[in-house]
Amino acid sequence: MKLTGAEIFIECLKREGVKHIFGYPGGVVLNIFDMLYDNKDVKLILTRHEQGAVHAADGYARATGKPGVVLVTSGPGATNTVTGIANAAMDSVPLVVFTGQVPTVLIGNDAFQEADIVGITRPCTKHNFLVKDVNDLAVTVKEAFHIASSGRPGPVLIDLPKDVTVGKTEFVWPEKIGLAGYKPKYEGNKWMIAQAAAEIQKSKKAVIVAGGGAIISGATKELKELAEMAQIPVTTTLMGIGAFPETHKLSLGMPGMHGTYYANKAIQEADLLIALGMRFDDRVTGKTDAFAPNATIVQVDIDPTSIRKNIRVDVPVVGDVKRVLTVLNKMLKSEAKGQWTAVRKAWLSQIDQWKAERPLSYNPDSEVIKPQFVVEKIYELTKGDAIICTEVGQNQMWAAQFYKYDKPRTFISSGGLGTMGFGFPAAIGAQLAHPDKLVIDVAGDGSIQMNIQELATAVINKLPVKVAILNNGFLGMVRQWQELFYGERYSHVGLDVVPDFVKVAEAYNAVGLRAKKPSEVEPVLKEGLFKIKKPVFMDFVVDWREKVFPMVPAGAPIDHMLFDEKKQEKKHKLRAVK
Amino acid sequence: MRHTITMLVENKFGVLSRISGLFSGRGYNIESLSVGETMDPAYSQMTVVTSGDDLIIEQITKQLNKLVDVIKVTDVTEFEHVEREMVLIKVKPKAERKAEVLSLAGIFRGRVVDSSEDTYTIEVTGDEKKIDAFVNLMTPIGIKELVRTGKVAILREGMKK
Repeated sequence: MKLTGAEIFIECLKREGVKHIFGYPGGVVLNIFDMLYDNKDVKLILTRHEQGAVHAADGYARATGKPGVVLVTSGPGATNTVTGIANAAMDSVPLVVFTGQVPTVLIGNDAFQEADIVGITRPCTKHNFLVKDVNDLAVTVKEAFHIASSGRPGPVLIDLPKDVTVGKTEFVWPEKIGLAGYKPKYEGNKWMIAQAAAEIQKSKKAVIVAGGGAIISGATKELKELAEMAQIPVTTTLMGIGAFPETHKLSLGMPGMHGTYYANKAIQEADLLIALGMRFDDRVTGKTDAFAPNATIVQVDIDPTSIRKNIRVDVPVVGDVKRVLTVLNKMLKSEAKGQWTAVRKAWLSQIDQWKAERPLSYNPDSEVIKPQFVVEKIYELTKGDAIICTEVGQNQMWAAQFYKYDKPRTFISSGGLGTMGFGFPAAIGAQLAHPDKLVIDVAGDGSIQMNIQELATAVINKLPVKVAILNNGFLGMVRQWQELFYGERYSHVGLDVVPDFVKVAEAYNAVGLRAKKPSEVEPVLKEGLFKIKKPVFMDFVVDWREKVFPMVPAGAPIDHMLFDEKKQEKKHKLRAVK
Repeated sequence: MRHTITMLVENKFGVLSRISGLFSGRGYNIESLSVGETMDPAYSQMTVVTSGDDLIIEQITKQLNKLVDVIKVTDVTEFEHVEREMVLIKVKPKAERKAEVLSLAGIFRGRVVDSSEDTYTIEVTGDEKKIDAFVNLMTPIGIKELVRTGKVAILREGMKK
């Protein structure tokens, strides 16, 4: 039987096991939306902005490991997805984004709502397609899902001209796909892995830096096994948070610009650095010439371009972190003399000393809410059993620092692109994937306003996402840089305490709560997180002077850290909240 | 250092743009580029001449390999290979130098492919140095117009692939 392109689209999604897609309708995708009207297998979540749809699909993908799917119309619908796509590309998130396109005969005519989205997204997708013939549709969808979710995952875009969704053909779900130029390499070279094992045997002061690749490959168990067997401390990058339990005694927390003192010290003093699925982002390395100056560097990454891109590497292993660690652990087990504890004793006690010297800390206050205190309370009350999404800026760093993540896929944050407005829609996607989990977006008053319209999506779809707004009336991270590096010239960072987030929540038929004093934090959290079964905005009016520490100034070596040494003698003045 | 990189790529629309976009987006330089269909019309062969230190060239080849439409990348600079490019050069010699042009073209195994009352268009094929040398000789005589193809390259038989 012949099917239309729109029917084939639905059949393909069913074959790929897609139950939810996020999207927004428009002229050229009407045929597909007509198919979705009464479809039982594939449900579309209507967001209030296409950017929200992509971030929601992204949150869905990060929370599950499965590709997130988006369907939007041509022109502005398509261009509104670009930030979300670039965000997913930087953080290796599998997405398949379908954009409508004007009919093939009109392509290139500057037709109504036409945009060359394949051209626009070429540099920010893993791959993209323009389907010109309905006969190519099924195989293209299959290839797109395969490319998005294999190797180093990433977003794939399929542009669907309107006539392709109308055209009819025999539906054939391809058994195999060609893709001669796409063969991700999962198994690491054995000889290289043996070199890595030898370096581990030789080292006294080893440190593991685990990144997002450790989570994507599902290497949590193997990572823990390696760390415990060889007694190697583990620091997890922002993208790697949750790959190794932060409550573990070998955990060093996060490295880099806002990393812990002890993670950065350990990297700088190490004689061996084992990088697992991390790409030496500048926020991790600081000044690259001065990064891990004494260390032999072993790097495991499935993406060959991540190796030796910005840091010299002594032992490169191209492969999947989980599979490489499985082989590596076996080698170490068969060769190890069980002397690890003795070999590492001095190193681990040095690390304990650093941990004692400068733990992550802030100055508690009885009058004004410290943002870090809110995050700590969230951890305490949830006992770490929640999915935490973040926006970007100070809120993101505090959420990374003051909550302890023990499981993968429980910390969802825009790492590479640093996209404000990501966290809330991402939380909606994560909540859809895990309806029984507590999903919390730790937000700032700036970021939340970048996709605040998605509150409607959360309310209407009964997705009880909890948003903790650390409201300091400022674009706090930019303000922090202006204070530290621009002579306190606060250019365009004041937001004032507008809007009233409680009223905004109420206007959307959600619930709004507010805490102005430290004593109100716990009651608000208890009510917002556990009692109310609807989406909640919890507006925490926090100390606007608070900064994220430690901080490595951009371009400095990572052991050149600034701390909050200045006692805050200035009497603060909290701005009034209406 | 200059490198000549050859690629087997899918013969599809947008592939050239992916490759040139990769170079421009990452700040690499393309000195010349040539593309043509292979014996199998599903594929094209591209030759890119670029320059950079070893780390940059390593990144370029890795990044090219990462493109889904790129099937095979060879940095032929590392191996014995043959390179050729072609120039079409239109010269307008003074009457007394016309014979000189023809004789120089002969020395370079060039061919006159078009002529008018006062111009010759000469085709010369060879490696870059040979083309440069011919262009240099023609310059004082009077070049009206010149087009170069960019390089194509192939490994000598028996070289590692």
